[in-house]
Amino acid sequence: MIRSHPELRRSVQDPAWVRGGAIALVLLFLGLVLFMPLIAVFREALRKGADAYWAALRNPETLDAVRLTLLAALLAVIFNAVFGLMASWAIAKFRFPGRHILISLIDLPFAVSPVVSGLVYVLLFGAQGVLGPWLQAHGFRIIFAVPGIVLATVFVTFPFIARELIPLMEAQGTDEEESAVVLGANGWQTFWRVTLPNIKWGLLYGIILCNARAMGEFGAVSVVSGHIRGQTTTVPLQVEMLYNEYNFVAAFAVASMLAILALITLVLKSVVEWCAKRKGMVAG
Amino acid sequence: MFRFPSCRRKVIPGFGLSLGFTLFYLGLIVIIPLAATFLKSAELDWSEFRATVGSPRVMASYRLSFGASLAAALVNGVFGFLTAWVLVRYSFPGRRIVDALVDLPFALPTAVAGIALTTIYAETGWMGQWMKEVGIKAAFSPLGIMIALIFVGLPFVVRTIQPVLEDLDAELEEVAASLGASRFKTITKVVFPSVFPALITGIALAFARGVGEYGSVVFISGNMPMKTEITPLLIITKLEQYDTAGATAIAVVMLVISFVLLLLINLLQAGYAGRRA
Repeated sequence: MIRSHPELRRSVQDPAWVRGGAIALVLLFLGLVLFMPLIAVFREALRKGADAYWAALRNPETLDAVRLTLLAALLAVIFNAVFGLMASWAIAKFRFPGRHILISLIDLPFAVSPVVSGLVYVLLFGAQGVLGPWLQAHGFRIIFAVPGIVLATVFVTFPFIARELIPLMEAQGTDEEESAVVLGANGWQTFWRVTLPNIKWGLLYGIILCNARAMGEFGAVSVVSGHIRGQTTTVPLQVEMLYNEYNFVAAFAVASMLAILALITLVLKSVVEWCAKRKGMVAG
Repeated sequence: MFRFPSCRRKVIPGFGLSLGFTLFYLGLIVIIPLAATFLKSAELDWSEFRATVGSPRVMASYRLSFGASLAAALVNGVFGFLTAWVLVRYSFPGRRIVDALVDLPFALPTAVAGIALTTIYAETGWMGQWMKEVGIKAAFSPLGIMIALIFVGLPFVVRTIQPVLEDLDAELEEVAASLGASRFKTITKVVFPSVFPALITGIALAFARGVGEYGSVVFISGNMPMKTEITPLLIITKLEQYDTAGATAIAVVMLVISFVLLLLINLLQAGYAGRRA
């Protein structure tokens, strides 16, 4: 960039009082909106001391909820990562009619209210649903059971990984893959040795976002869960149940686990962004 | 089988497999369930459908959901713009941490945000107690709903404006200044028009998210019919009363609204992406 005259530089810089005032106002606003809820979670969780805090976390129902949340998030990440890789390969490496419509359809779950996301599966698999009677006759249970929770989680996190990978793969073009194929690599070798190393940071970034949303999803899971203690309650649902029973210390103790998870997510996200930027591999 | 106009593309294998899997998975997880919802709503009697989605209680919930979302999105428009401006243009200690923390509402589960905000804004909470003294009821009122939606929507506005501000060439402002424009005039006539489409997009994204939001709102809203009952909650209420038809009718209305919003947002984004390029 051309160095401009210092006086000109100064003319586009805001006066110190404007800068200071704007920074102070923003910090005040963010403090009120973002920091305060975060602090409140930990303060309420520790209100009755560390013993009550640990007791709430070691409760068997809470541990069951943790197991279910881990399972749902793991499955959502695996399914949506495989899908993200497949979709971005098809969309970024090839040109075909309807490509843009396909990209829009992938984003669709983001537009749907979480409650409606849960409801669509109830209408499909529930007792009154389209496939409900058939499922019942054959002894399958999806709604108010673990498969429904997994499905709802997969739905709300559906676009996360694909939407990171599509622009990234598009930006990298097809030259490297074409060279690999021409030099005799087969499809899988090309993917594992050429494509995957190029997109690994984008993939990781998508996985982090997908995982955070999967572990924290509330609305969609709430509709399909049925809130059966120890069986179909995920961690956010456990928070809700404890809170509605006025067991505030336990509710906030369990919530604090999710808050810590959110903070870890933010740190990992920043680290991955930094790594990707340094290597010049960032989408958008 | 579709043939490609260019030979080059045929070199890379896996088109059939990857596209086939993509369409299969998309159909299974997203398209079929959404289609089933519309199919199910077609079974409803038309007059019954209209009576459900137009009943006073449901109408009150639309007014509340749209009103609170719009108010929250506009507040986020003002403070989100200011936040993005400060993060892009000024340097201060802790800027990178503040920048990372803007994404907190994306990372923090909505139920956690919901119970934390309720505790803060209840009459005994940090904010609630002094708001009560000046006669403002925050939690369990539409204001509380708006506060929750401000939390949820903020990153949408900041993250939409930020890249546009970063791309904005400082030279443009220098030119305006050297041609004699005051700083105020430069910002209102040069900077603001370039950022405006992104600002509107960010506000629209925050609004769309707010209309469907559930987890952060149900705790702070108090859920009184006709007063603080949002539309997504009504769907759950109907479902719990085994009124599947009623829940489906409201869900279809919400789905149509969110698809229209999605379309508008895509048009907005295409508009300013074109201008940026």
